[in-house]
Order: sequence, then structure tokens, then C-alpha cells
Amino acid sequence: MTDTTAADAKLIAPRRRRRSATAKPLPLIALSVGFVALWVIAAAFPFLWTAWGSFKVEADFFSRQNWMNAVTGVQTLRQTGEAFTMDGYEGAWIEQEFWRAVINTAIVTFFVTTISLTFGTLGGYALARSGFRYTFWILIMALIFRAMPHVTLVSGYLLPFFELGIWGYLPTTIIVLVAINQPFTLWMLHSFFLSIPKDLDESAMVDGCTRFQAFRLAVIPVMWPGVITTGLFSFLLAYNDFTVTSMLLTAENQTMVPKINSFLGSTQAEGKVMYAVAAVVSAIAPLFVLIMFFQRQIVSGLTAGAVKG
Amino acid sequence: MPHRTFSLFILPSLLAMLLFVALPIGSVIYQSLFIEHEQIMVEVENCGPFGCTTERRVDAEAMAQLRAEEPAGRWNGLGTYFNAGHLAFERIGQIWDRTETWGQFLDQAMNLPFYKALGFTLAYTFIVTPFVIILGFCIALGVNALPNLAKGPVIFFSLLPMIVTPLIGSLVLFWMIDSRGIIGATLQTIFGDPTLSLKASPTLTWVTLFVYGVWHSAPFAFVVFYAGLQGVPKDTMESAMVDGASRREQVRFVVIPYLMPLVVFIALMQLMDNFRVFEPIVGFSAEANATSLSYLIYSDLRGQDTPLFASAAATSVLTTLGVIVLLTPVLIRTWRDFNRKA
Repeated sequence: MTDTTAADAKLIAPRRRRRSATAKPLPLIALSVGFVALWVIAAAFPFLWTAWGSFKVEADFFSRQNWMNAVTGVQTLRQTGEAFTMDGYEGAWIEQEFWRAVINTAIVTFFVTTISLTFGTLGGYALARSGFRYTFWILIMALIFRAMPHVTLVSGYLLPFFELGIWGYLPTTIIVLVAINQPFTLWMLHSFFLSIPKDLDESAMVDGCTRFQAFRLAVIPVMWPGVITTGLFSFLLAYNDFTVTSMLLTAENQTMVPKINSFLGSTQAEGKVMYAVAAVVSAIAPLFVLIMFFQRQIVSGLTAGAVKG
Repeated sequence: MPHRTFSLFILPSLLAMLLFVALPIGSVIYQSLFIEHEQIMVEVENCGPFGCTTERRVDAEAMAQLRAEEPAGRWNGLGTYFNAGHLAFERIGQIWDRTETWGQFLDQAMNLPFYKALGFTLAYTFIVTPFVIILGFCIALGVNALPNLAKGPVIFFSLLPMIVTPLIGSLVLFWMIDSRGIIGATLQTIFGDPTLSLKASPTLTWVTLFVYGVWHSAPFAFVVFYAGLQGVPKDTMESAMVDGASRREQVRFVVIPYLMPLVVFIALMQLMDNFRVFEPIVGFSAEANATSLSYLIYSDLRGQDTPLFASAAATSVLTTLGVIVLLTPVLIRTWRDFNRKA
């Protein structure tokens, strides 16, 4: 009994001393916590503020007298009789037919994500398993393509698409977004596949699988984390795109982001800016949920390229 | 993997990239060498009660036929590149002769649309990138010191500015800095100037866009650094402590050298992304005071009744050249990495 405590004390003593050496002085803790708190406010407050304000009338959210009006909702109470109003949402979703844009966005994001992942897993797998020199050149080419500003590509599409008569349709936009997304998807999945041991698919092939069967039955089941992470970023690219969708789609086929931009032109003049505010909040809400559920995957995806490379 | 299997696996992906990324680059180069057709005029005689007048009009039918035959327009060679809307060598020459000091020269040259856009794009790229790295690093150090329970929510809120669509994120801020919005009104009260508007002066617009850029991209740097901090070797840290390194010295001589490769990675990604800055300019309606190369192309294609394909294409080619210049260090690095691995 006694000698165990003595041994324990010996073990604990240096550790305790070290902890006191690493314990931070109080001002430093205050400084770092304060700084992080400031950052969190800067990052989150604009969104919370806009979400709150979207349930008010314009005279409150853009108050000439006092910004506190947006909190208390003086004008909202006077104009609608209640402290919160759905007018902005009604105007945007029903009057301006924002629901159409929401459906278009759903179609575009769904197909872009699935097609990107299908093409990307096949290509990424091939790049990770082939030892030939040309894999390097394909990856380099993808890197250059990744850096191309999207608007320069769009300026290349516009005239040919007009001539071919395929401008303005959703499928055209979907395949364009898939192609723009490919370089990133390839790089990311390529690095995920590299982390899966070659033995896995080789032993499957020894057991009589073809290369494709080995890929589908042995590799893909262990690849789900990588596929989900990459899929998230494909989703975000399609969901967030403004350049391609605003220039390649007709007004009735528009997705949410270009639709919101067109609100600004037409409704700001008519004093219906709250429609745009409501639409913006509607577009942010799904992203909010997405981060809530997939925070870990997003973080691991952002760091995948950095930590391995 | 045999060549045949490899090509089957890579084919869909490669085909998509060649058709919709490589081919458009070719198309842009081709389009930039042509220019819109000249208007075909016809003389029409109008006879009314007060005599006859001849009038020159655009011959719509002939124009439509010509467009159908040669959609890209007529051959113009490198003309578009050198006109006043792009490189404008002639104007630059005139300004050079006219002005005496470098300051004056730059001042006047920056009024030419292409150089104005290039100036803003470069300023944005090279000012926002270092700030993103510094802010991201500070946040990562701060969050790393927090108790575990608080880390999750902090990371959650930190991701918001980056995940939200740039156009929408900039709109959210734009409404807040409106003179009737919360930030705009507060700034007016602080400076006691009821006419103060972040939208009016070019300098303030630039600063607003820079601040937006840092706000939007800092989470990326933060997350990468934060992940990197988890891997800082404990042994090195402890030996530094034993050697009597102060907290600042530990960060300076252990953490920062360890994170250096990440700094390079973030810088390269940010240079690529910031060089194509575009959506914030639309979101902040900043085109009067700040235009970027991407915005020039967009406004050529969208601003007029008929898109100016040639002008947009020429700007696109010049932008692509800029991207290649920016990318050269990345390419060299990747080449070295690959050779080391092989």
C-alpha cells in the first residue's frame, strides 16, 4: 500500500509540475478567449441578425431612426399587428415564385453530386492505382483546370451553346458544373484512394473478380467516408454556384442564387427588398443544417489536401 | 493497372473535362481573334407629303444571314487585345508621353478599364491572402486553447462565412452596412457624420471588399491550421519547454516551423481563389468603384443587349495567362513532390 503510493507520487509529481508550467497566465487566457469570442460574433452575428430581420418589415430592418427598431419591431407591429411577419417569405415564395428556383436548385444539386461522384470515384481510383507517368500529367492538368476562373470558361461556352441551341436548359448546366467540379473531385478522391491499401483490391482480383468488380465490391464499401466528404463539396459547389447558373439558364430555369440576384434588380426599386432578404435566409437555412450534421466531414475534407500533401 | 483498364476508368471524367474545360479555353482563344460584324447599312427612300428623304438603316435581314454564316464575327487578329478596352498600348504610350512622374502615370493608366480591373484583382489577391493566413492562424491558436466542450460550437459558427454562397454572404453584409442597416448606422454615429457611406468612396468600397474577403476565407485557413495544430509533435514541444522556451518562443520556433507547409498550401489555394474574385462585387454592387477581371468578362457578356463575345474572350485569355503565372510555383512544387514519391 505504502510503496504504491510512493511510486504514484513519484509518477505524479513531475506531471503536476509540468502542468503548472503549461498552465497559462490569466491575461493570456482572457485574451485568447476574448479573441475567439469576437471572431464567433463576427462570423455568426450577420446571419442571425438577417434571419431575425427577415420576419420584420422593411421600415424596421432598414430603420431610418434607430437600429433597435429591428429588434423590437415597432413598425412591424404597427403595419401588421404582430411582432413577426411572414410577408417577406410570402412575397418571395409565392408572388415571385421562389419555389420554382428551389426545385431547380434541388434538381441541379442532386444530379451534379451523383454524376460528379460516379465519374470522380472511377477516375480517382484509376489515378491512384496506375503507376504510369501520365497519371501525373492528368493530375497537373486537373490542377490547372481547377484554377481557371469559371467566368472565363462560361465566356467560351456561350456562343457555341447558342449555336447548338442547348443554351438555357438544366441538363446543360448540370454537365457543365460536373465538368468544372471534376478536377477537385479527382484530386480529393485520388488522395482518399491512395490511403486504402492496394492489397484489398488485389486480393479480390486474385479471388477472381475483374478490376471493376474489385472496385465496386471491395474498395467502394470502405471508401464511404471519402465519398461522403467529396460529395459534400460537390453539393456545395452546385448549390453555391452563381457564375455558371446566372449565365447559362433562362429566367424560368434559374436556380436560387441567380434568382436572388435578379430579385435585387427588380424588387429593390419597388421597395420589396424584404423579399430578397427572405429568399436569402431561405437559401442559407439548408446550409446551416448541412454544417450541423456534417461538420466533421467538412473539416476533414478541407484538411485532406493540406495534411497529406 | 493496364493502359486499357485505366483509360476505361478515367474516360468519363476526362471526357467531361476535355469537352467543358479544355475545349472552352480553345473556344475563347478562337473567339478573341474575331469581332462583331459591322452593321450593314441600306439607303431607304421615304417619300411623304413634304418630299422625299433618304435614310440609312441597318439591314436586319442581311445581318441575320451574315451572323448565321459566320457566328463568331469577322477576323480581327489581335486587334481586340490592343484596343482601348484591353491592353490599350496606344493610350498607355500617350499617357507616358503626357505625364511626368510615375505617380501621375499610374494614376491615369489606372483609369483604363482593363488596368483598373487588373489593379483591383491584384490588390485583392495580395492583400486578402496574407490577412486570411494571419487571422486563421490566430483563431486556430485561440480555439486550440479552449476546453473541448466549447470547440464544437465554435467550429460550427466559424464555418458559416465560408460555406454560405459568396453572393449571399456579401448581400447579408451589404444590407448591414447600408446607411439604414445596423453597421452603417453605428459607424455614422461613431464618426458623427450622417452622410458617411461605405458605398460612396472608392477607398471605402475597396476596404469593404477586402474585409469581406478576409471574413469569407479566414475559416478555411483556421480549419487547416487547427487540424495541423493537433499534429504538432509533443516531444519537440516538451524539449522546447525543458530548454526554457517561453510561450511566445514555443509558438515562434516550434509551432510555426511545423505549420509552414500548411501556410504554403493555404497561400496557393487562396491566390487561386482570390484571383477570380467576382461575386462580392455583384453582391456589394461595387462595380462603380471596383471591378475585377472576372467582373469585366461578366459585364461584357451580360451588360449589353447583345453579348460582346470578342471583348469577353480577349479578357478571358489575358486572365488565363494571369492564372498560369500565379500557378507556376504550385506546378513546380507538385512536380518535385511527384518525383520524390516516384
